[in-house]
Amino acid sequence: MLESLRRLGALIQREMIQLLRDRTTLGIALAIPFVELFLFAYAVDLTVDHIPTAVADLSLDDQSRALINALETAGYFDMDVYVADEEQVIRAIDAGQVRAGVVIPPGFSAQVERGNAQALILLDGSDSFTVQSGYSAASSIAQDRAMELMVKNTGRAGSRAGSSGSNLSGNLPISSPIRILYNPTMDDLTFIVPAMAGILLQLLAVNLTALSVVRERELGTIELLLITPARPMELMVAKMVPNILVTSLAMANIVLFSVYWFGVPFQGDPWLFAWLSLLFLVSGLGLGLLISTVAQTQKQAQQISMLLMLLSLLLTGFIYPRAPMPPLVQAVGNLIPLTYYVRIVRGIFTKGIGLTYIWNDVLALATYGAVVMVIAAATFKKRLD
Amino acid sequence: MTERIVICTQELVKQFNTRGGTVAAVDGIDLQVRRGETFGLIGPDGAGKTTATRVILGLLRRTDGRSSILGHDSMDDTYAIRACVGYVAQQFALPGDMTVMENIRFFANVHRVGRKERRQRIPKLLEFAGLDGFTSRPARLLSGGMKKKLALACSLVHQPQVVMLDEPTLGVDPVSRREFWNLLGILRAERELTIFVCTPYMDEAERCNRVGLMYRGKLIAHGTPAEVKGLVPGRLIEFTPSDFDRAMALVTGLEGVLEVQTYGLMLHVFVDETATRQQEIQCALSAQGITCKGMGEIEPGMEEAFIGLVRRARDSQ
Ligand SMILES: Nc1ncnc2c1ncn2[C@@H]1O[C@H](COP(=O)(O)OP(=O)(O)OP(=O)(O)O)[C@@H](O)[C@H]1O
Ligand SMILES: [Mg+2]
Repeated sequence: MLESLRRLGALIQREMIQLLRDRTTLGIALAIPFVELFLFAYAVDLTVDHIPTAVADLSLDDQSRALINALETAGYFDMDVYVADEEQVIRAIDAGQVRAGVVIPPGFSAQVERGNAQALILLDGSDSFTVQSGYSAASSIAQDRAMELMVKNTGRAGSRAGSSGSNLSGNLPISSPIRILYNPTMDDLTFIVPAMAGILLQLLAVNLTALSVVRERELGTIELLLITPARPMELMVAKMVPNILVTSLAMANIVLFSVYWFGVPFQGDPWLFAWLSLLFLVSGLGLGLLISTVAQTQKQAQQISMLLMLLSLLLTGFIYPRAPMPPLVQAVGNLIPLTYYVRIVRGIFTKGIGLTYIWNDVLALATYGAVVMVIAAATFKKRLD
Repeated sequence: MTERIVICTQELVKQFNTRGGTVAAVDGIDLQVRRGETFGLIGPDGAGKTTATRVILGLLRRTDGRSSILGHDSMDDTYAIRACVGYVAQQFALPGDMTVMENIRFFANVHRVGRKERRQRIPKLLEFAGLDGFTSRPARLLSGGMKKKLALACSLVHQPQVVMLDEPTLGVDPVSRREFWNLLGILRAERELTIFVCTPYMDEAERCNRVGLMYRGKLIAHGTPAEVKGLVPGRLIEFTPSDFDRAMALVTGLEGVLEVQTYGLMLHVFVDETATRQQEIQCALSAQGITCKGMGEIEPGMEEAFIGLVRRARDSQ
């Protein structure tokens, strides 16, 4: 045991020296997820506000103008085109002239008075980010308006609100049915950014260990590493330790960046999040070691990790919900650590829920990490062939 | 008696699976290296020297046969072997980012050399290898000869009883090569180190106590350099003909000529008997108008023996 620790110390020192000496690689490793997240979120951000919008206002009264105003001043919608009816709105979206539409039926003010007003918002579903941000913007604005009107209503109705005001939402005078054309379901931006951080960190973790082992094989330095008395398990742990530090640093950067730059709210327990993220990173590094036992060259390792990236985008629930997938496809998704982490990160980061709600994913991730390490240790070669 | 045998192989076979089928890089070799001797495994490129060394060290899985170092089986007692053997690989295999000192320290630490011994041994080894002025230089910036010496120093830091050196002077200038061999000589004298060295250079083969000649995975001859030289029959005549190609064709067909080798612009001719054959060759050549300079008998060296033995092995396969 003590022998093993002393060898491990030597091996870790060897890795750390090389890691710190190769500043360029280290810098790139730290910067890439950062830049990717920035570009990604910035691209999303661009489509979020100032969505070109067509308006068909069939009422042209005070209330309808106030609603259009509210949608416009919030900055999400630009009322570029005014048309006569719903059909022309759809045509404008089809033509690519606008990406959203608002249709206000005739007699809107009167309907607001009666408490059954309806406005229609149409969104171009072929652009998923428009849908997402348009959806959340429109629904919150409509709700704000509704609450405002609601307050006016109840104020006018006086004592009646006091006795039967138990169910406010049931009495909302404006409901805005939102019809999403072409692509009916999308996640919220705040759901995507934390999971995006997960996918980028997974890629980084897998690449770091896989490439570091394969590079030694390509350079031939593996030969003099294998001729030492170091056991495969020690070699593996030594390959992971410095990379745990690098990926943890990258993870912390990304989380801080998401919260303070993009304003994605962090709702949960930071320590719980940190520990579970560490577990996720270790699983990713272990997966990288497993890949290194298969890949002979850096190019092969990179191809495998690109495949993993693609599968992660499709199968982990990052974008597409997993429930409707056939069992076999779901099983493939279960081989990717991100599958468990997506639910964990959304649970803690976005929803602010505790361990009690996500313990089965935590357990699954821990099991996954352990299994990957055991398989990697069993296949990690103590010989050259 | 057997405990004097340090490295031992029996019918050792190593096959590689390639797309074109299996290739036997090592094809049944029997070797015995004794304690304190310098054993040279010599052979042309691709003979299987590196592969044999790696299998004996347990770096490659063997296909068949047995091999052991100091009684430790290459496959089963791999870690016991690693504790008592030093190895210098054919290509430079130390991380180039790490300095001379960091590299040698790593090997000391990973072999759990105690702090006190480490403090004594490392400066001594660096001085011995002529690297004491370069301790903080990254390994990749060393010259070819210095890289080899660093690799040797790293392989010795845990005081192994055996070192296995795979073409340790490949790509090294003649002066450094001589220095390197002088270092090995000192080590052998000082601590009875057993040295196993792979080399394609015949002058290095002459420096070994015993050599094994490897060709296409087989050991085609072994013994002391003198014994190996004695395996080639006949006497050797050397001369420089005026018309090289025609002279060679002519001499090859003469009676009593056993073998003709080229040596630069000279021909080396093995004959069964010197005096008369020398006359006959001279006559035959001058009849065709070819003159020859500097004809005389010489002692066959390792190189002539090597070429002769390899050619014989190739003809018989
Ligand atoms: N990993 C491998 N896979 C397939 N064939 C191999 C492998 N390693 C070596 N060989 C083949 O085995 C044979 C012996 O190679 P080896 O490197 O042992 O020769 P060598 O005597 O060391 O040659 P050199 O003097 O060029 O280093 C060669 O024909 C080589 O192509
Ligand atoms: Mg070789």
